[in-house]
Amino acid sequence: MDAGSVKCDTATPLKAREHARAMAGTVVRNMPTIPAADARDLPTGVAAGDVVWDETIGAGGYAHRILSRGSRLRITDMDGDACVNLLLFNADRMIERLNVADTVKVQWNAYLGKGKLLLSDMGRVIMSIVDDTSNRHDTFCPASSPKSNIAKYGQGDNYTTAPSARDRFLIALGKYGLGKKDIAPNINLFKGVHIETDGATTFHGDVTKPGLFVELRAEMNVLVVLANTPHVLDPRPEYHATPVRLTAWRGQVTPLDDAVRNASPEAMRAFENTEDFFIR
Amino acid sequence: MTEQDTTSPPITGRILFDDVVPARAPWARPVLKGQTLRILDLQGNQAADFLAYHLHDEAERYSAAETIANQRNLYLTVGTVLMSSDGNEMMTITADNCGRHDTIGGACSVESNALRYGHHTRCQHACVDNFLDALVRRGMGKRDMVSNINWFMNVPVEADGSLGIVDGISAPGKYVDCRAEMDCLCVVSNCPQINNPCNGFNPTPVRMIIWET
Repeated sequence: MDAGSVKCDTATPLKAREHARAMAGTVVRNMPTIPAADARDLPTGVAAGDVVWDETIGAGGYAHRILSRGSRLRITDMDGDACVNLLLFNADRMIERLNVADTVKVQWNAYLGKGKLLLSDMGRVIMSIVDDTSNRHDTFCPASSPKSNIAKYGQGDNYTTAPSARDRFLIALGKYGLGKKDIAPNINLFKGVHIETDGATTFHGDVTKPGLFVELRAEMNVLVVLANTPHVLDPRPEYHATPVRLTAWRGQVTPLDDAVRNASPEAMRAFENTEDFFIR
Repeated sequence: MTEQDTTSPPITGRILFDDVVPARAPWARPVLKGQTLRILDLQGNQAADFLAYHLHDEAERYSAAETIANQRNLYLTVGTVLMSSDGNEMMTITADNCGRHDTIGGACSVESNALRYGHHTRCQHACVDNFLDALVRRGMGKRDMVSNINWFMNVPVEADGSLGIVDGISAPGKYVDCRAEMDCLCVVSNCPQINNPCNGFNPTPVRMIIWET
């Protein structure tokens, strides 16, 4: 480096340490709140002391977290143009994971929204959707891949400014000893795909008002893995994905008289199976 | 080699394998690039649950979602390219006299059957158990289970998102041909389901023919 361009003195270990430590306290938009109890602008009724996770991820960001049974996770599309690619695993046995086909088949409906369940491949509820102001999600299309991103944006690898969801998943999963085979079919939040009578897909991806959210309740201990990348059917040639806030807080395990639990015979049996899993 | 049926067009080429898969049974064979697999519904309305893997790297596998996004349509028929999880072409449907096939309904399992029909169905054989039977013997397993194709199964999606496995549109002699665009391992569960109309409530054999021209 040209000596004239040096702005900081890092010539010795002690100077370098001083320089490094001087960065502490920097605040950017896309970062976690540590400790989580320092989180502000919380949903109504949520006490700061109950917050277990608060993090904002930007375009191409990814996040992962193990949440305890009963926890709530609010995923907020802060500026109205996010697409959250979501994978879920049973944190107590990662071989059990979100099954999109069972989720739509068992509930006799393909469109997610408030009151719907996210089911595992073992006939259990991983998470339930307890609130949803977006109502625009996708159970049909894949998470973006390096190939799809390179085709649209000219790049798609993790080190670029247009990383794909599949590559983000790989890094996140790797931190749990998981890998490519664990990228099961996923769901995409905040961008919708609807089906016409002839089977054709229709993409609903206009920018919405800011702050729409989905609130999930963990029905088992769950590993949440998510990325924020443009939907594969997003027709825009530029990589658009606005920041997403992830806020989770402690909550009560779903009681037996819960309305979502008892909304249908299929839901009830899925909860019964989940409760059965926790009998020790 | 089994007795040649008269209900599907004769095959011009060299037949490599010609298997009748018994009702309720699993089946698996490699189908190499350029070879064609015919799946033949012998007695009508028999769902054949199907998965495909890159023969040399099973972490690349059939992706229902990639296939749907690629053709911007839910239903599989002539011209559909079966896409892999990595966005590569695996197989192309070159013939289909049934009309359309499902890829969102997934495979029945003892676990999902319990949700759909009651805990009493857990003892009944199911497609996921068939797939695991075939996969585990090859050093593969549950991590290799993804959303599959259901040949000859009818799953309409209505305007409000309602969907379900409804009465089939297949019949004896309906078939579909898939040409491999890469070396594939193809795995089938000849669906044993008896609680919905995907097999007309009566599981029957299907026939699998692999040939090359």
